[in-house]
Parts: sequence; C-alpha cells; structure tokens
Amino acid sequence: MKASFRGGVHPAHHSKRPTRYQPIQDFVSDTVRIIMSMHIGAPSVPCVKKGDQVKVGQVIGEPVGALGIPVHASVSGEVVSVDKISYLGAEPVQCITISNDFTDTWVELHPLGSVEHVDPALIVPAIKNAGICGMGGASFPTHVKLSPREGQKCHVIIANGAECETHLTADHRLMLENSIRIVDGLRAAMRAVDAEEGIIAIEDNKPDAIAAMQKACHGRENVRVQVLRTKYPQGGEKQLIQAVTGKQVPSGKLPLDIGVVVLNVGTCAAIADAIIDGRPLIDRITTVTGAVAQPSNLRLRIGTITQDIIGECGGFLDSPGKICFGGAMTGLCLPDPTLPMAKSTNGIVVYTPEDAASVEEESCIRCGKCVSVCPIGLNAFEIKLAADKDDIEKARRLSVQDCILCGCCSFTCPARRWLTASFKMAKQKIAAKDKAKGGSKK
Amino acid sequence: MSLIVSTAPHVRSSLTTRKIMLNVVVALLPCAAAGIYYFGYRAAIVLAVSMLSAVLSEFIWQKATRQRVKISDCSALVTGLLVGLTVTPTAPWWLVMIGSIFAIIVVKQLFGGIGDNFLNPALAARAVLLASWPARMTAHIAVTAFPGVDIAASATPLVGAEASIMQLLMGNVPGAIGETCKIAIILGFVYLLLTETITFEIPVITVASAFVLSYLLGMDPVTTILSGGLLFGAVFMATDYATSPMHRWARVLYAIGIGCLTVLIRKFGAYPEGVTYAILFMNILTPLLDRMLPNRVYGHSRKKEAK
Repeated sequence: MKASFRGGVHPAHHSKRPTRYQPIQDFVSDTVRIIMSMHIGAPSVPCVKKGDQVKVGQVIGEPVGALGIPVHASVSGEVVSVDKISYLGAEPVQCITISNDFTDTWVELHPLGSVEHVDPALIVPAIKNAGICGMGGASFPTHVKLSPREGQKCHVIIANGAECETHLTADHRLMLENSIRIVDGLRAAMRAVDAEEGIIAIEDNKPDAIAAMQKACHGRENVRVQVLRTKYPQGGEKQLIQAVTGKQVPSGKLPLDIGVVVLNVGTCAAIADAIIDGRPLIDRITTVTGAVAQPSNLRLRIGTITQDIIGECGGFLDSPGKICFGGAMTGLCLPDPTLPMAKSTNGIVVYTPEDAASVEEESCIRCGKCVSVCPIGLNAFEIKLAADKDDIEKARRLSVQDCILCGCCSFTCPARRWLTASFKMAKQKIAAKDKAKGGSKK
Repeated sequence: MSLIVSTAPHVRSSLTTRKIMLNVVVALLPCAAAGIYYFGYRAAIVLAVSMLSAVLSEFIWQKATRQRVKISDCSALVTGLLVGLTVTPTAPWWLVMIGSIFAIIVVKQLFGGIGDNFLNPALAARAVLLASWPARMTAHIAVTAFPGVDIAASATPLVGAEASIMQLLMGNVPGAIGETCKIAIILGFVYLLLTETITFEIPVITVASAFVLSYLLGMDPVTTILSGGLLFGAVFMATDYATSPMHRWARVLYAIGIGCLTVLIRKFGAYPEGVTYAILFMNILTPLLDRMLPNRVYGHSRKKEAK
C-alpha cells in the first residue's frame, strides 16, 4: 500500500525532468569558502589561520556546545583568509577560504570497518566527529538525533528518500548510484540506538530508485522500502512519520518522543562513509537546475562557490532573476552568487527574471484552499487574518507554531497571498516575545 | 548582478481568482445554452441584461467609492450570469436588472466586496425578487425549441405537472433558465471538478442527503433530485467559496443541511421550491459551522482542541 497524509499539493511536477537522468558528476573548484555555521547550533570556531596549509578532512572549525559539530577542510591547500561574511541568515558568520592546490592530500583516516561489526558505542561519536548534520535541508546535527534522552527509545529509523521538493533529484540519483551506502548508513544508525526497524521511504514517482533500494535491502537485517504517494510535502518529517508509522508527533515534541528518527538518505550515506572509511563530511550531491545551460547533479566539495558551480553547468541561460538554494517550495534566495553552498544545499535553482517577478497580493476570496491543503490541519485563513492585523496572540491560539512553513497555502492561494511569509514572521515574533518573557522571569 | 530575494514558495499554482471565475463561466455555458435552446430569445435577453447590469453596477460602485476597479477578476460576471440563470425566462428586463444590482451592491459590495459577503449574492437577489414579485418570478413557460413561437404559461414539475425522468434530465420542462437541463449541470460539475475549481463533497452530499430524506418521507427520491433547482443550487450556489465552510466536517454538515432543508421546505413549506432558502440559511450558519468543527491540527489531542 502507498502511504500518505492528508492535504498537500502537486507543485511544478515537470521541474525534475531536466536532471533526473543526469548521473552524478564530480566538480572540484580552485577555491572553497567554508562557513562555520552550516548546522543548527552554535557556530564552530576556526582553528586555522591565514597562510596555514590544510589537508582534505582536516578539522578547521572546532565544535562548540552540545549541538556543535566540527567543520573539515574540503580541499587541500592554503588558507587564504578567515573572515566574517554575511550569509543567508541575519547574523554575519565566519568563513574560511581555502585555495585548492589540487594535490588532494588527505589527513590520515581511521576506518571503523563494517557497519554490522563495529562496536555500536563508537558509532555516534564517529558521526559527530565526521561533522554530519541533516543533509535534507534542516541541517540538524545527526549525533544529537541519535542520542535518546532519559525515557526515550528509538524503535524505527526512517531513511527519507521522498524528495518531494520541486526541481531536486540529488537524493534520487544517490539512491540509484549509491544504494548500498544508504542501507549501510541506515544499519549503522539502527545499531547505534538499537532500533528494531529501518524503513527507506520513497515517493512512487521514482520507481527506479525504489527498485534499486529494494535490491540493496536484500539480505540485510530489518530494513525495507516503503513506497509513498507522490505529493508535497511527503518528505516533511511530520508527514513522513504519519505516512509510514500512522503516528503523529505530538505538538512541541520531537520524533524521538514517539520512538522515531528520520534521516535523509544523503545523511545515511554520509554516516556509512564516516564508519566504513572514517571519512568526514567534505562533499555532497547537489542538483543544479533551472535557467542554466546544462542542468546537472554534481558531487560538490562543501564550500564551493555558487557562480563556479553555475559556470560548470554551462552558465546562466539568461541573466538570472533569482537564485535559490533548495526547491521552489522552501528554497532560500541567494543575495549574491559569490556565496558558497553548504552541507545542507541539496539544490541550486536559477529562475529567469519572468519566473522571479514579484507577486502582488489580491483580496482573499475565502476559497478555503489554504485550509484544505495544509498538511498540519491549520486554519491558515484565520491565521493570515490575525497575522495581517499583527495579532500574534490570536495566531498563537490558532497554533501557528505548529506551521512547518511548507508553502502549500501560498502555492495554492488564487489571490496570491503571502500566507507562508506571514506565518514565518508570526512564528519569529512569538519566539522573540517568549524569549523576552523568559528572560525577565529569570 | 542584482538578484531578487524573496521568501518561499517561489512557485504558485496557475489557478488565479480570475481563472477560477472564468472556469465557473465556462461551466455555466452548457446551462445557458440549454436555457436559450429551450426558452428562446427571451432567455438570451435575460442573461445579457443580468450580466451587463452586474458588471456595470460593480464598475460604477467601485468608481464612485474610489476603490480599485476589479471587474477584471470576473466575479461580477459570474454573479450576473447566476442571477440570470435562476430567474424565469419571462422575467421582464427591469426585474432582472434589479436582481443583479441588488446582488452586487447590497449583498456583495456593502459587506466589503469579493470574499466578504456572508450570503451568496445571486441567491440573495433571487430571494428578494421572489418575495417582491412572486407572480412574475413564478410565471414559468412551456419550452419551445423554436424561439418566438406560441408560448403558453405552464406549471413546473414541482407544482404537479407530470414529467418523465428523461424529460427532467434533458430539461424540456418549465422552470428557471439554467436549472432545467440536468445534463448541462452535470457537464458543468465535471468541468469544475477537472479544473480543481471546486471539490465534489458539497454537491454530492447535498444531493445524496436530499435523496435519502425524500425517500424516508415517502417522496419519489429520483424526481426530488431531478426537479427544480436542487442540482443547479448544489453545484453552482452551495459551492460559492465565501459562503460555504472551509473545514472538512463543517462542509459535510453544511451540505447535509442544504439537502435536508430543501426537502423539508418542499414537503412541508408554503413554497413548492426550497433550494434558495435552504442554501441561504446554511450560508448564515457557515461561520458557526467552521468554528464548531475545525480541522484537527496535527499532533494535537482531541481534548486540547476542544479547549
């Protein structure tokens, strides 16, 4: 049976066509700019300085705090600069620029061997030391996901190969070309937390990937493939858990509270690399598509500069209107093409000026489509009214904090209203208000 | 290189307000064509007057109140067409005009314009006309496939005239211009479904509940759903966005309410037809239904939701 969830939309289903048959190709550029905060949690602290020689896989950023993970050099060569740049967030972040000497000199690696025989206690530290964070976009540190607190027990690990976002085919290609590594990574994660079941969840628009993963699961313990209906946001963590297990994550709780962990298939492959080869996360697969000459799936060293990547893909087709990291439903806009990609960059989509033209809000016609497509079941219509009046307490009563910012409501709105943007703002305001309140109590 | 920076999503569905309204117009074309075929040039005049006066009154109102003129969203065109299709083909031009103007100015614009009306404009106008000029609104005529030839006053199947199921389906029975040909209405319904303009729940549940209740009350259920304006109302009026609920179970209850009230009015009320009042009544209940039966939020327990 094909599993699914209630609500959702079918956006731009032709957008995956240009790259779904493009095999993964390597691209290494002459300069990388590595950001120190590619994960959720405190930024790493640079431990190299200008003029230092670094090897591939060498730690160049030390982790800070419980959510911290190290950052590794993705090429060998000379550190050109360590400085602060403005990246996609509001705060400037530290960035280490390395000039590639193209010798590809690696640090000494410490493989742990087969995922089925390694001491389970070594797996989570190895994941942390490899600098792995969620590669599906959210970039949550993976070792934290695999560290159950008191009273939590992980029963099921879901490898997320839904790839429901528009344009992206990176996970699809990975499942076709590196299916064994995904199963290895999933098995390692299962053994680390003693989970009983591993499920690889894939949308039914990728039959070749389903077949490849089923083949890779053959003869492996307690792992299977679950076919999902193709619908956005099928790969959203909450929707995926509901579709696969039939359970809902209680509001304000984590998947681990109901015994589930979701890992992107790319993350699984990175875990396998870290255990079997002792290799830290220094590259990832990224779909480059949209208005570029040769849409491609590239294996990129972390920190590769966006305009170099687009150059590798034959350049822009036209003068670009908008460049986004990620698919069309949740992608983040890039203000400047000299900025680098990061560990969570699963796609780079270039939009023409026509596609990027701004959309004017019209009068709401109360069609209720926003309410019926919301995969969380929120009253998007009422929340938008409250948000427009800046009534954030009403928005809170209507559970705006549960919004996952999937974009379905804005996508479907015939009056072109910016619902998702308003909800994002309301969520930020609520968080800021609560923080101020909590601060004054102390 | 200057790049646009905006928030997600970066893609929008192709279904805009204007496209939705035009979809409704296209879905209504078979009904209009059947009406003109059966009732002749009089029907064509009624439709022309109703559409023109609806669009013009919206234009004049928006100009006079210095709002942005939004007639290009085609919502006034839909309202006008619906007013015309729900009156009898013998209705005089001034009656039709009053209906359209009332629908646009009083029901729609005075309450805030598109999306903010709490009653279906076309139906509210029909109710006003029905209450003000009952004789003229019910002066139905026998059908003629030959316009201009010998038109005699006649009774609709709801007030006792005999009609076969085939006749009811094809629509060669007396009645309002757009409501008689059920085949045309079903064509329009399918078109609205295919274009994702509406979903099937409200029309299907409305008709199904009318079928069940009329059977329970000892009426002929097939004639009940095929006569009068039930099918037309269920497809084109009850599905009006602004005046129907948004939440799943509220929609179900709303549709059951329309189906049952229609049958109850037909069976026990003073009027032979009850669809208009049934829908208007449920329109008024819409905000309450939405508040009573909201969709369940993911990860919230039912208990907390009730709080």
